[in-house]
Amino acid sequence: MFLARVIGTVVATVKAPGLEGAKLLVIQPLDPAGKDLGGPQVACDQAQAGPGDHVFCVGKREATLAMPDPFVPVDAAIVGIVDAVENQ
Amino acid sequence: MILGKVTGTVVSTHKHAAYEGRKLLIVVPIDENGANTGDPFLALDTALAGPGDVVIVLAEGNGVRQVFGKQGVAFPVLETVVGVVDNVEIGVLDDREIGVLDDREAAR
Repeated sequence: MFLARVIGTVVATVKAPGLEGAKLLVIQPLDPAGKDLGGPQVACDQAQAGPGDHVFCVGKREATLAMPDPFVPVDAAIVGIVDAVENQ
Repeated sequence: MILGKVTGTVVSTHKHAAYEGRKLLIVVPIDENGANTGDPFLALDTALAGPGDVVIVLAEGNGVRQVFGKQGVAFPVLETVVGVVDNVEIGVLDDREIGVLDDREAAR
């Protein structure tokens, strides 16, 4: 799993079957200090997140397990809103 | 599994049910000498680990679901802390080397 900030939304009318109604957000992965980690990604929202929110996401195959149907073409899902990051 | 060092925790109240009741730890992957080997990531704790601990991290979905008793269930958790490391030793111990080590022990 990884930290990220929601930086935007994606609108796609034509989508793969199973993705109808899925909320797609653009996320920028972050390190624990809040610095960008790599490039932005598109993630499916499962935590009622919106632009500006600090979130955590699950990637790879497990991302689909956060979706109502676990057999959809998704490789990143937002699964929580971050209240605070406590660095040692 | 990989070795990692716990550097912090994430506090979240609104999250997927799979993450309820467990600590979400910030982990930096390390090599056998303790040097960082990659970018930090988040891992769900099952081993009572905390900041400063060197830990074993499992990042294979089926194994993770087995750890949580969630086989065949939609459980969107990947990286999981499954152990706290006491010590790491690198090296091969075959019969001859054990003999050498015994000699060294005797010489001490």
